[in-house]
Amino acid sequence: MSDAITFNGVSKSFGPREVLKDISFAVPTGGAYVLLGRSGSGKSVTLKLICGLLKADAGAILVNGDDITGRDSNALAPIRKHIGFLFQSAALFDSLSVGENVAFPLRRHTNKPDGEIRDQATAILEKVGLAKEFQTMPGALSGGMRKRAGLARALAMEPAILLIDEPSAGLDPITSNEIDQLLIDLHTNQHATLVVVTHNIPSARRLATRLGFLDDGHLIAEGTPEELAHSEHDIVREFMKSQQAG
Amino acid sequence: MPIATTQPPPPSVLQSFMESIAAPIEWFGGLCLFAAQAIRECFQRPFEWTEILRQTYQIGWQSAPLIVLSGLAVGSVLSMHTRATLERFGAESMIPTALAFALVKETGPLVTGLLISGRVGAGIGAELGGMRVTEQIDALESLAVNSFHYLVATRVLACVVALPLLTVLMNFSGLLGGFFAEATISGMSFPYYFHAAFGSLAFSDFIPPTAKTMVFGFLIGTTSAYLGYNASGGAEGVGRASTQSVVLSSIFLIVVNVVLVKFIAFLFPVGGA
Ligand SMILES: Nc1ncnc2c1ncn2[C@@H]1O[C@H](COP(=O)(O)OP(=O)(O)OP(=O)(O)O)[C@@H](O)[C@H]1O
Ligand SMILES: [Mg+2]
Repeated sequence: MSDAITFNGVSKSFGPREVLKDISFAVPTGGAYVLLGRSGSGKSVTLKLICGLLKADAGAILVNGDDITGRDSNALAPIRKHIGFLFQSAALFDSLSVGENVAFPLRRHTNKPDGEIRDQATAILEKVGLAKEFQTMPGALSGGMRKRAGLARALAMEPAILLIDEPSAGLDPITSNEIDQLLIDLHTNQHATLVVVTHNIPSARRLATRLGFLDDGHLIAEGTPEELAHSEHDIVREFMKSQQAG
Repeated sequence: MPIATTQPPPPSVLQSFMESIAAPIEWFGGLCLFAAQAIRECFQRPFEWTEILRQTYQIGWQSAPLIVLSGLAVGSVLSMHTRATLERFGAESMIPTALAFALVKETGPLVTGLLISGRVGAGIGAELGGMRVTEQIDALESLAVNSFHYLVATRVLACVVALPLLTVLMNFSGLLGGFFAEATISGMSFPYYFHAAFGSLAFSDFIPPTAKTMVFGFLIGTTSAYLGYNASGGAEGVGRASTQSVVLSSIFLIVVNVVLVKFIAFLFPVGGA
């Protein structure tokens, strides 16, 4: 099986702060990779690098075999059409209603008639439990609702690769489980490749085919949930023991 | 020059001077590259018609009330001043002509430019700055949309289109304001006033100063979009982008105006500038 995402010796700094130091890993097509690590360890930066929103200082990043390092916005567009990105902050367009946020990529990249796009957007909103919020403006949503609306927008184009930054942050356990189930469905039934950042270990165990643990700029541990639970690193074992959702 | 000391030499005056001007020069270089990219992207497909129209509506049409009101006020004040001067020479009948010249050639374009750099410059700086710090620009990119093309080129184009139209509106409102002032004082009739105002204006008096406001629009659009698009540092950064947009686009506009006036005077020596 080929790899959907490959990092080859990737480094990234912001000024003097080295966030990622020579990171290498691969996510096979159809895999579900969960990134763990303490706050500030560079998980969100890793997701942004995959989507080309940040440029690596060194190393190569391949998406479906194409090197994306050094590509500009126009050259990245064909690749990005197959990537769905849920931002940690949800990053909804605050001048558009929730429904129009979800419809936005469909309007841009398909020629479907308006009615069909609205139906499709409504159907996706239904999956994340926001069917009634089509007309609501993002400013009027709760944090958890914004997160779900952001997920709906990321799913709109039925992307082959999903980059998900903390899907369950700010969600109650029931909604959080529903979102996990949705992601598991996408993974098993639609064979989407997932890269998920989460602090929710039970959910990480359920989702992941493989996990990576970022610490101090290095990927200190990689493997299945079981392998990580018996890692040589104390911090990784301690992380994996946590039952806390969130 | 032989250097015999082992200690690092203290930073010379020249060195610290160079360091203090390096950042502004770098900033300005960035702005120039940004402006060049804006020009290139304006001509690149796909044309974002909906977004261009929406921006032109927001920048142009929604500024109309501000322009009309200011025009009326500026026109009436100008006409009162003109009257005070011309009265001394017994040349009151020249008032509409003098006012028309003053408005069309300089006051109209400049006042329009400054008003729009206030209203629109602050708006673009704050809007794009807000989108940047809340990751909405990243979100656009992640959805395979070229954010520069979609957000910046459309706004710059809308400014370039809106400025001359608003200037014409400003000129007309100014003349109307002048007429109200004049009619109150001397009872001058409307047909006479407008005949006198337009009678002596040639096309070459009107076209170059109005066309130069396209440059003003470009300056306002690129400066404020540059500041907003590259904003950082949360709400404070957005505020800074917005304020600097107004300050810098006004300054650029006033300075570039001097060059443009000279340039127009050179190209159209008879009409003068
Ligand atoms: N645009 C940026 N400019 C400067 N520094 C940044 C930028 N983005 C991230 N960083 C820095 O990179 C480091 C990693 O940030 P990142 O957002 O990836 O952390 P994270 O692992 O996602 O943490 P959290 O779990 O809290 O979301 C942080 O120290 C942060 O300060
Ligand atoms: Mg993060």
